[in-house]
Amino acid sequence: MDLKTLTFLIVGATFVVYIGIAFWARARNTNEFYIAGGDIHPVANGMATAADWMSAASFISMAGMIAFLGYGGSVFLMGWTGGYVLLALLLAPYLRKHGSFTVPEFISDRYYSKTARVVAVVCLIIASVTYVIGQMKGIGVAFSRFLEVDYDQGLMVGMAIVFIYAVMGGMKGITYTQIAQYVIMIIAYTIPAIFISFMLTGNPIPQFGLGGTLEDGSYLLDKLDQIITDLGFKEYTTNARLSLFNMFFYTLSLMIGTAGLPHVIMRFFTVPSVKAARSSAGWALVFIAILYTTAPAVAAMARLNLITTIDQPEQEQNLAYKDRPSWFRNWEKTGLLQFEDKNGDGFIQYTGTENNEMVKVDRDIMVLANPEIAGLPNWVIALVAAGGLAAALSTAAGLLLAIASSISHDLLKGVFRPEISEKEELRASRIAMAASIAVAGYFGFNPPDFAAGTVALAFGLAASSIFPALMMGIFSKTMNKEGAIAGMLAGIGVTLLYVFQHKGIMFIQSTAFLGNMEPNWFLGIEPNAFGAIGAIVNFSVAYLVAKKNPEPPIEVKEMIERIRLP
Amino acid sequence: MNKDQGYWKENTSLIIKCLVIWFVVSYGFGIILVDSLNTIQLGGYKLGFWFAQQGSIYIFVILIFYYSFKMGEIDQKYGSNNDQDK
Repeated sequence: MDLKTLTFLIVGATFVVYIGIAFWARARNTNEFYIAGGDIHPVANGMATAADWMSAASFISMAGMIAFLGYGGSVFLMGWTGGYVLLALLLAPYLRKHGSFTVPEFISDRYYSKTARVVAVVCLIIASVTYVIGQMKGIGVAFSRFLEVDYDQGLMVGMAIVFIYAVMGGMKGITYTQIAQYVIMIIAYTIPAIFISFMLTGNPIPQFGLGGTLEDGSYLLDKLDQIITDLGFKEYTTNARLSLFNMFFYTLSLMIGTAGLPHVIMRFFTVPSVKAARSSAGWALVFIAILYTTAPAVAAMARLNLITTIDQPEQEQNLAYKDRPSWFRNWEKTGLLQFEDKNGDGFIQYTGTENNEMVKVDRDIMVLANPEIAGLPNWVIALVAAGGLAAALSTAAGLLLAIASSISHDLLKGVFRPEISEKEELRASRIAMAASIAVAGYFGFNPPDFAAGTVALAFGLAASSIFPALMMGIFSKTMNKEGAIAGMLAGIGVTLLYVFQHKGIMFIQSTAFLGNMEPNWFLGIEPNAFGAIGAIVNFSVAYLVAKKNPEPPIEVKEMIERIRLP
Repeated sequence: MNKDQGYWKENTSLIIKCLVIWFVVSYGFGIILVDSLNTIQLGGYKLGFWFAQQGSIYIFVILIFYYSFKMGEIDQKYGSNNDQDK
């Protein structure tokens, strides 16, 4: 069977599963729509959280980034996992105890203020919408690249699938689909990695293979370091991202941002008890760690494979352009791989110097082309396509629910029309979900200029606004509404200002009045790493403003006492 | 000091202990001390690099389960039974 038919079959089969789940897990009331009835087993919730969390960026882009950044790529590995420690220790158990449906609802109760609720909704919507645009693009790209379907048509199919299970099932439908999506995703990620690790090092476990030896007896990482430094690239295992100081803040921003992203926090409202919330965070990280500890192995091995396919010890023996393998030709067609014969000798030189003739090697192809480079069977390649789609769909659905519930539950029921009945609210939440899908789809069809910078913004906003407000709400009894609101606004303000002044207002480059240049960066911290500074500003402003205003009322203090006990 | 305050105090000191470990393995071993740790080999890994790309993640997982287990003990000690508590 040819690759295209096989891919259609495998991707089609996964879609049948998702739609089947949608019919089986329909939401009958708001409880089921927002928190899946609140009785999801902690291990099942852990798995759903892992799928919710790991997006197209984790599945497709991360290993590629690490492959080219080497040690500097560690910020993503540590940052996107270490946040779960903060979540498990500082937020999840207490928010679960409070028993709200949404994150802004907790903020509203804790800070006895509708203004605080609206501010939280605004932060949530900006962070989630920017994030969901990336997923929509991922769905369209995956379809167009693997199934040779038009980008727009692919996006339509993706939207229709999410529409069916998210509108019908709400959190309940999303939870069970995410579990299925996790299974597909992890199989698709690990199988090629196991094959490649075994072929290179003789050890089928990628985590051991990365520290293992090659056929000639030398360590894989030593060999990689030696080959690429000889070619003029920076050493793989020691190449820091700008500076260790910048890496410190980048990692911190990603950790705090992870713990503050509402679509992740919400997943912990679905488990039956405080105890379950704690262990569920651990299970989530187990399922995430399976992919995240495999990624560095995929990265280093893909880099080694790519280099040794092209470059040979003697330049005259390098790969001749006319002899390039079929995966090379395929990816050249997409424009993600480009060769330019600068010295006209017909051979390819891939180096870290100005003689480099591989003028473009897009980092995203590392995971996608990996099975082809290693010569794996077609069904593995088809599986990778299904895995990439599962990653994008599962994250998109989680984000859309966060957006829809903040509109129907926080804005409508919470602020504007508290008198509506449960039935009306359920209908409103379905309409809000459908509308969110339409808006996300619109941005998917017309990706705005700022799409590339959105991840920085999503993490920066979550880190600088939502996380500090939640943490102070639990660990400080004296934090009042004035402090929390001022802190959130100051945190977002500083982060937005920093990102915009270096990357342009709404990411329009010509408006970047300070230019995206290292000398202008505050203490050498890059804009993507600024969320941690925003969080520090938030904490400080909140503390100062809180001191000047009256303490929270006694009922709020009693509520804090209550959520602190299991 | 009443019972609830005792419970909260034990909880926060456990949190601080865990966060110190969280900080040391990632920011300490993976970033600040990475160059000196890299002089030590762990199989084919330089130790600092291993902490940054593998070790810190394993320790994060262990930390969450350790916290969860210890909190279970503290819950019991203070006689709160939250499994039925919806």
